[in-house]
Amino acid sequence: MKLTKIAVAIGAAAALFAAPAAQAWEPTKPVEFVVPAGTGGGADQMARFLQGVIAKHKLMAQPLVVVNKSGGAGAEGFLEVKGSANNPHKIIITLSNLYTTPLATGVPFNWRDLTPVSMLALDEFVLWVNADSPYKTAKDYLAAIKAAPDNKFKMAGTGSKQEDHIITVMLQKAAGKKITYIPFKGGGDVAVQLVGKHVDSTVNNPIEAEAHWRGGKLRPLCVMDPKPLPYTAKVTDKLSWADIPTCKSAGIDAEYVMLRGIFMPPGAAPDQVAYYVDLFKKVRELPEWKEFMAKGAFNQSFMTGKEYTDWVAKNEALHVGLMKDAGFIAK
Amino acid sequence: MDEINSLMHGFSVALTLPNVGFMLVGLLLGVLIGVLPGLGGANGVAILLPLTFSMNPTSAIIMLSCIYWGALFGGAITSILFNIPGEPWSVATTFDGFPLAQQGRAAEALTAAFTSSFVGALFAVLAITFLAPLLAKFALEFGPPEFFAVQMLTFCSFIGMSKEPPMKTLAAMMFGFALAAVGMDTVTGQLRMTFGFTEMLKGFDFLIAVIGLFGIGEILTTMEEGLAFKGKSAKINFRVVLNTWKELLQYWRTFIRSVLIGCWMGITPGGATPASFMSYGMARRAAKDKESFGRGNIEGVVAPETAAHAAGTSALLPMLTLGIPGSPTAAVLLGGLLIWGLQPGPLLFVEQKDFVWGLIASMYLGNIVGLIVVLTTVPWWAAILRIPFPVIAPVIIFICAIGAYTVHSSIFDVVMMLVFGVFGYLFKKLRYPLAPLVLALVLGDMAESSFRQSMLLSQGGLGIFVSNWLVGSLMALSIFLLLLPMWGALKAMFRRREARAYLS
Repeated sequence: MKLTKIAVAIGAAAALFAAPAAQAWEPTKPVEFVVPAGTGGGADQMARFLQGVIAKHKLMAQPLVVVNKSGGAGAEGFLEVKGSANNPHKIIITLSNLYTTPLATGVPFNWRDLTPVSMLALDEFVLWVNADSPYKTAKDYLAAIKAAPDNKFKMAGTGSKQEDHIITVMLQKAAGKKITYIPFKGGGDVAVQLVGKHVDSTVNNPIEAEAHWRGGKLRPLCVMDPKPLPYTAKVTDKLSWADIPTCKSAGIDAEYVMLRGIFMPPGAAPDQVAYYVDLFKKVRELPEWKEFMAKGAFNQSFMTGKEYTDWVAKNEALHVGLMKDAGFIAK
Repeated sequence: MDEINSLMHGFSVALTLPNVGFMLVGLLLGVLIGVLPGLGGANGVAILLPLTFSMNPTSAIIMLSCIYWGALFGGAITSILFNIPGEPWSVATTFDGFPLAQQGRAAEALTAAFTSSFVGALFAVLAITFLAPLLAKFALEFGPPEFFAVQMLTFCSFIGMSKEPPMKTLAAMMFGFALAAVGMDTVTGQLRMTFGFTEMLKGFDFLIAVIGLFGIGEILTTMEEGLAFKGKSAKINFRVVLNTWKELLQYWRTFIRSVLIGCWMGITPGGATPASFMSYGMARRAAKDKESFGRGNIEGVVAPETAAHAAGTSALLPMLTLGIPGSPTAAVLLGGLLIWGLQPGPLLFVEQKDFVWGLIASMYLGNIVGLIVVLTTVPWWAAILRIPFPVIAPVIIFICAIGAYTVHSSIFDVVMMLVFGVFGYLFKKLRYPLAPLVLALVLGDMAESSFRQSMLLSQGGLGIFVSNWLVGSLMALSIFLLLLPMWGALKAMFRRREARAYLS
């Protein structure tokens, strides 16, 4: 009896507390956070980081549970969310496989099947070579590729017909020579292959290669963002992320950033979307988030609503074009 | 001597009261996670990782790595008692562990498994303590051709393992390769053999296949054979532990060999699963009484367990020094490092002395405490076999179903597990060996990608497999192992022919 009374009292207090937002939707059971990639990768790290800080700062009354559904280059996760129409207790974090997987494999799925929530950040790509290699600038490296026969230079990347592979095709175009692309399972493996000099270059995300750069094993040549990175804190003795020139300035016409965004299943109500938008806005204010962003040298763009939907549509069109050029589209 | 000083400092960090508490909690959780098939160390650590974000990184990694040790210890329990490997690297433990349990020697098998795990881990930690910088560089030598050579070596050390006819072994292995090929092909980015079913996208997970083939298959067989565990007369007595220890001393050669294989596979990083298979294969080859393997030979428990634990422990080295995880669990821990604000890599040993040496010290302590914890529970685990089969069988099936579900949170996987169970039963009835199937399913995928990556590197030339001393000697060793049984068979054939000629 006593227990129920206390429970009622707590319930009443909670209701009072939440009174200003009485109309707003809130999760009534644990929310499943789908990661369409394996454990340990970039999307997984971000999802688990979010789960941790949201729990630590008690930003949600219900727990957020990370579930990896990496099968078929992420198709497993996307199809599951697509199939969970009207379930507001499920969200998914994206990487570029949001577009590349259906395009390359013909799996029946498109981002328009889902409800867009918000962009969290954009992940950058940097062209890396081994620190012992003779190439000091992107120009040197490009000239070397141009001067050598086809397939002389080897690029390691994550997955096949995905973002790293697309960027390699861009480089190929810039150089006018073929580059051998070797797919690996994760970004960490890729970076180590370059440290071990088994390949000539990579296009690792900053967070995947940062430690090796700091340790003097890798050298960044250029960044694929149209603007240099904003982080001016020194990473090595002399250089910061901001000191890496853009690839464009080196004459390589390669611009690419990767979406880290949140989507919900089809048919989500506006107040349900608003709840998650608000949640991630709160996360963005946390000092931990800012630190995480700086560590991975992320592009901190944030978008919601129509702006976000338009951006995704434009980004998809870009991928269709790039993948068509590269011959990656499934017939 | 620098290392000794640092290590002593590490002990002072790890031996604080809260850290010892976290260690115990981690170990107990880990053993439980290891016992539940399907949950697995990687999942367990992933689930608990977010809880540790508010802890200080040293305590957090001590607790999480102790979960990892616990899971390594615990994986052996179900393999020995019920023929259900809780973790991929305990598959090889079932080959002899389960027959031992059926003979009523479950307690001995468990003691041997736990002790071997401890020895493996201890030597691996010693290697990490004193050889870390040297070993880290060695890992960098490994590109795709070297990885393929290691996988080739694992397969070759397993050739001639089965007592069944070679054609049956080959058929089982091909079936395993076919299953491994389903799903996404990482090299071309295309889907293979999914026949348009979205459930097939993710391919056949090793754990689901193993839970079905071994666990459910075993229960079906037992049901047919009369609803009783064969091992129920198990001695339950603590003296068994001491007696088994005495017996284990004579296997020092197996211990050394397995530790070497394990450390090497953990660092390269080939992983604990190939290490356990390779070590089992090598032990059988080196043994005088090869026939007793697979029928309940203690050495068949010692070899895979020592190697798996040595590999599992040394897998943390490339993670700390290079940021490449040597195992799935290490991959999750790696994510944790980043979230705690520690960047794994060559500088971790310099910048985060407290953390690194605290972790290494906790490896020593965690394994010693872990051994004591699991050894005291040996009689209890063995006692499970005394529960009547009609009571325990539904419990096992239930746990298997939960395990299969946890892997991808998918009901389809539970159905697949049951289908694999029927396969397991049929395989047993038709006397097809399961081990080659499982080996092909685990390593097929990895071997295929390494081979094709090598072919991309060399633009199709096979010369890449002899292009440097490392890959060349690995390949030479595997071909030697491949031809060895044939040489033996050839010799036997000639002898028989001579004998026949002599007789006629």
